[in-house]
Amino acid sequence: MELIAYFLSLKPLNLLSALPGNIVQGIIWGIMALGVFITFRLLNFADLTVDGTFAAGGAVTVVLILAGIPAPIALAIATIVGLLGGLVTGFLHTILGIPDILAGILTQISFWSINLLVLDGANRAVNVDKYHLIVSLRNISSSIVTMLVFAAVLVSILYWYFGTEQGSAIRATGNNPQMVKAQGINIDFMKVLALGLSNCLVAFSGGLMSQFQGFADIKMGQGAIVIGLAAVIIGEVIGDALIGKYMNFYIKLVFVVLGGVIYYFVIGLVMWLRMPTDLLKLFTASVVAIFLAIPYLKAKTNNSFVFANKGGAQKNA
Amino acid sequence: MLKLRNVHKTFDIGSINEKAALCGIDLQLAEGDFVTVIGSNGAGKSTMLNAIAGVWPVDEGSISINGTDVTALPEYKRAQYIGRVFQNPMTGTAASMGIEENLALALRRGDRRTLRWYITKTEREHYYTELKKLGLGLEDRLTDKVGLLSGGQRQALTLLMATLKKPKLLLLDEHAAALDPATATTVLDLTNNIVLENKLTALMVTHNMTEAIRHGNRLLMMNAGKIILDISGEEKKRLRITDLLERFKELSGVQMETDSVLLS
Ligand SMILES: Nc1ncnc2c1ncn2[C@@H]1O[C@H](COP(=O)(O)OP(=O)(O)OP(=O)(O)O)[C@@H](O)[C@H]1O
Ligand SMILES: [Mg+2]
Repeated sequence: MELIAYFLSLKPLNLLSALPGNIVQGIIWGIMALGVFITFRLLNFADLTVDGTFAAGGAVTVVLILAGIPAPIALAIATIVGLLGGLVTGFLHTILGIPDILAGILTQISFWSINLLVLDGANRAVNVDKYHLIVSLRNISSSIVTMLVFAAVLVSILYWYFGTEQGSAIRATGNNPQMVKAQGINIDFMKVLALGLSNCLVAFSGGLMSQFQGFADIKMGQGAIVIGLAAVIIGEVIGDALIGKYMNFYIKLVFVVLGGVIYYFVIGLVMWLRMPTDLLKLFTASVVAIFLAIPYLKAKTNNSFVFANKGGAQKNA
Repeated sequence: MLKLRNVHKTFDIGSINEKAALCGIDLQLAEGDFVTVIGSNGAGKSTMLNAIAGVWPVDEGSISINGTDVTALPEYKRAQYIGRVFQNPMTGTAASMGIEENLALALRRGDRRTLRWYITKTEREHYYTELKKLGLGLEDRLTDKVGLLSGGQRQALTLLMATLKKPKLLLLDEHAAALDPATATTVLDLTNNIVLENKLTALMVTHNMTEAIRHGNRLLMMNAGKIILDISGEEKKRLRITDLLERFKELSGVQMETDSVLLS
């Protein structure tokens, strides 16, 4: 009886009405996921800086807007702060020889203090009625258009950049650093460059998120890396399933953004089902673990001896 | 062209693993010298090539290429002078990138990486003709990922990459050792053609004495971090394996491991 009452209490219309907002937030996360894609997939560098730079992007944007600076300029400055964060991680790793994960964590932790200083507290609100914001909860239809334009432009820029001599040097660095050195490329420089670029995107995305939700919060970056990874991986798995061998780099980038949207849609669904929000992070982590495991397990069953034996037995029978 | 003066390298100094790998190497190569290098395991052949390539700094001595002192230059800066092929076919190429992408990276060896598009149409045609010369059918697979290629194909590609932009010096470290005998012969013949056609200066380490005698105009034998034999010209042409084994025994005081050397 209780179950029936629960299902009756769910309102399909609410799910539908939440959809546009979820799309906007999904694209914002998708842009952050593009940053994660650069480090995690292209550079092969597990960069945990992003939790810090995402929140920094939000904090800097809101504080600057409150100080009377136009939102686009505030967002641009926030993006540069993200760049600096990425560079710090890059220097910690390349010049001081700190392992990648630890270098990212150190920068991330430092940003916690920096963001508290910037926000002068744990959070700051920015009122869309008083300031002209680029995206906002209160104006979802125009926000969707804006975000679609941003996503299209960023995907195109990244597609172009990673097709240049420099961009392909970054891709090669993530693939085989030994070979890249033998081709006369400074791999340290390429790593720093990629980390800077990646965290630009992350801070940019954080700046948009804070405007959309109308506030910046010290905790808004918590778990950002996992969400970014979730988007990257969901995008890859789904892209692979739909496009398969016709996949190219442009479509791959589009699917990373789509991964963010799908992720956020699933979260919306979970919230609509009124699952306890405390469990959201556990849920996200499980999604990432599952999707990370799929390609591995697939390869394993395709190559496994047990499987080969079974196949052989069937043939003989 | 290449000049090594009193080069020393000791690994893990001060630990129980301390190992003097190069003990005073003096070597001078003239332009167009094609030098084969032999010696038993651990003789220091790879270490000498790594010292020249700048994988790590040497402890003592100096290295110059084409009159430029490169002793203090890091590996990536020396790469403008040096083309390399490694023993492991995985080392020389980027597996998840396409054949043409790998070639495009190699064509710009030592150049600044700009924001120009990584590959042009004329370049692609150039890659096509160069790959065709390898005779492995790779010219029709320009966009295939290198990870799909066999070890021999990858070594042939790496060889082309190392010489696409003419290097002052070509370093080959047992680059056919991981291949089956037939493929190894193909790759070595390719190497010979490319070196002679382009009049390259090259150092080629090999475990195969027949190959060491057959190729090149000069032969070095190394032992315990030193060059113990340096034969060139007419004397090299007349060289036979038995001579080499005898000379090795005489100079180093031990028998060369003939099984790995002769039978390979
Ligand atoms: N990076 C390193 N760290 C520590 N020791 C090393 C290193 N490289 C080489 N050595 C040591 O230096 C000595 C010479 O090694 P090297 O690889 O030059 O021999 P090689 O002549 O190339 O032998 P092989 O025919 O087996 O390839 C060996 O004792 C080796 O263990
Ligand atoms: Mg060796």
